[in-house]
Amino acid sequence: MRFYEYEAKALLRKQGVRLPDGGTAEKPADAGKIARDIGGAVVLKSQVLSGGRMKAGGVKFADTPAEAETACAEILKLPIKDQMPVNVLVEAKAAVAKEYYLGVTFDGVAKLPVMIISDMGGIDIEEVAETHPEHIAKVHLSTLHPFSDYQAKEAVASLGITGGELNQLTRVLAQLVRTFLAYNLTLAEINPLGKLEDGSFVVLDCHLDMEEEARERHQKSVLDELGIGADEMRQGRPPTEFEKRGARVDNVDHRGVAGRVVEFEGNLGLVIGAGGGSLTIFDAVQRFGGKPANYCEIGGNPSVLKACELTKVILSKPGVDKIAVIMNVVSNTRVDIVARGVVKGVVESGFDPAEKIAVFRIPGAWEGEGFKLLEKYGVHYCDRTVSMSEAARRAVEKIAG
Amino acid sequence: MAETKAMFIQVEVDPAAAGDAELAKKLAEVCPVSIFEADGEGKAAIVEENLDECVLCELCVEAAPPGQVRVTKLYSGETLSR
Amino acid sequence: MSILIDENTTFIIQGITGREAVNMTRECLDYGSKVVGGVTPGRGGRDVYGVPVYDTIKEIVAKERVDGSVITVPAPFTRDAAFEAIENGIKLLVIVTERVPRYEMAQVLELARLRGTRVIGPNCLGMISPGKSKMGGIGGPAANTKQAYKPGRIGVMSRSGGMTTEIANSLTAAGFGQSTAVSIGGDPLIGSTYAELMPLFEADDETDAIVIYTEPGGPMDAQLSLWVKENKSRLPIVAFMAGKFMDKMPGMRFGHAGTIVEGKADTAAEKLERLKEAGISVAEEISQIPDLVRERLS
Repeated sequence: MRFYEYEAKALLRKQGVRLPDGGTAEKPADAGKIARDIGGAVVLKSQVLSGGRMKAGGVKFADTPAEAETACAEILKLPIKDQMPVNVLVEAKAAVAKEYYLGVTFDGVAKLPVMIISDMGGIDIEEVAETHPEHIAKVHLSTLHPFSDYQAKEAVASLGITGGELNQLTRVLAQLVRTFLAYNLTLAEINPLGKLEDGSFVVLDCHLDMEEEARERHQKSVLDELGIGADEMRQGRPPTEFEKRGARVDNVDHRGVAGRVVEFEGNLGLVIGAGGGSLTIFDAVQRFGGKPANYCEIGGNPSVLKACELTKVILSKPGVDKIAVIMNVVSNTRVDIVARGVVKGVVESGFDPAEKIAVFRIPGAWEGEGFKLLEKYGVHYCDRTVSMSEAARRAVEKIAG
Repeated sequence: MAETKAMFIQVEVDPAAAGDAELAKKLAEVCPVSIFEADGEGKAAIVEENLDECVLCELCVEAAPPGQVRVTKLYSGETLSR
Repeated sequence: MSILIDENTTFIIQGITGREAVNMTRECLDYGSKVVGGVTPGRGGRDVYGVPVYDTIKEIVAKERVDGSVITVPAPFTRDAAFEAIENGIKLLVIVTERVPRYEMAQVLELARLRGTRVIGPNCLGMISPGKSKMGGIGGPAANTKQAYKPGRIGVMSRSGGMTTEIANSLTAAGFGQSTAVSIGGDPLIGSTYAELMPLFEADDETDAIVIYTEPGGPMDAQLSLWVKENKSRLPIVAFMAGKFMDKMPGMRFGHAGTIVEGKADTAAEKLERLKEAGISVAEEISQIPDLVRERLS
């Protein structure tokens, strides 16, 4: 779960990291007030969950409170990658002499957290790694032995940094590691960390991601305080109404999974199963020129009710002509239970299963029972001798007429 | 005591056996999807909205005396009984 | 031969009295696996389909040879369960549990490295050496498992548990059996990546080729490509990648926790390019896999 910049900065502040003076503005007058309190030039930044704000015009500078109000009004009206800002962060403009990159994340190959530091901040760190590898230091952290500041110091020193700068950078990097550890983050990045003309350091921008799996344990202690609800999705874009309804289906009972609905603009509804299976089927439908109306996942052993409700949500989406029900060979999920749920969902939506279900391809556990049921309702079904992609092709063909 | 609201599964308990409070309790216990409950008088009652959740485990059929609980698959006409 | 498990492998199941674990125990026993015990604290003395349940692993290892353990306990208890297994000398862990926080998994994997324990998973269905043994829920009930998996000479590795079976099924239908199929897990941090299992397949004289299933996100494919190039592997590899549509949707998580496009190197397009560069054949769809395997073997 990605934090907005102003939330991320609030978390860093708790660990003692030094930040520019400022605050968030919900309306232009707020920005004027913050600028007056600061009493100097300010920077105003659109609070959205995507990168590339500067290019998109979401970052502006102002010398006076009046200019700040104008800039704030413009930013509040400007969508960035389809997202409207939740507010505008107004901060004192800093006279930056040099920029650094500090980061902590997991290394999937070493399977350990890793500290990353570079004296070429402000640009994409992947680019620095490619073009100037000598300007990046990476030091892994043990998860069994306690973290100690000297590890941060060694990382900083390995770039040839010494003197007061070494001590200041060590402090910030250690604070960043502690933030990473305290909140189950998967990424903690300060980019750039600015060295000001007076020699002090200040966080200009930062990016923190909290692991989805750990949100619950931080809900009461941190997330509530930041005003982040337990049901807030915080993915690449805000959830649509359709997606919210899909999420509610998954919560009707605890049996299995039937949800993770993502909306697309198409006419073929997909009732598809499992993580990998769903990805495979979605690709196949697109490859045959089909237009999926949604992505979803069915897994574990969902109840008939859950499969039925999911089907109903998908069928209720305007423009959905037919649905395709496809999964990989299942071993845990029961074919007959899913068949019951889908057929019931179609009937309760007022349609004929034989006409509405373009294809049903779920081989595996209890398939005999499932196929008997589908036969009774005249649904076109296939067994494991028909591949997932062939099933997808048949569905696309049917919907094309 | 046949139920017709469900689409796929029908469960019948012999009317004489349904009055047996002991059996009612046992049925409520064994069914993994809560199709049975003991009503106010301790009689075995069917929870209609759960019928279609039946996983065909036959635990209810086994728990009752022979022939007294019958599970019918409405989509095939087949009946599970003993 | 096969890798990791065979007909002599003995293992225990941690969390054996849980709903899904009871099923899995029965499926493994029916398939012929040697399940020698189970652990559920507080339930010691009971049995599950004849498998004795203990309170601690210590009690089991005192009287039995235990080669491996399948961990099915809920996520908040997984780290502790894994530590217990590792510190009691068990050398092969299959962690089935989903949603284990990444930091805790890093701790498990760090201790496992110190003690020389091999970890498969988390968030996986385990593995199977067809005709010999299966360790985990892979393939489901024994009858279904036997339908999809047959003994043979193809090694399978997959980030998706369900797709492991789908791929094995398509290989079986085309007359290719499997030496060992491993569901490696869908999380960002897993005990054994493709590249880390390759040396085992490489050394197995009954494996002739490898099929992998992969997804966008994570550094595992790049690691495999590098391994193949550096080690001049004797094994032809056929890969299938699902989730190509995700390239246009950065930041959105689909399927598994590890399946998310965060940077350029995570995209399907980039990964496929690297796999091809390393001489790995890429299948456009599952049904092409057997043909590509045949082509590479001739």
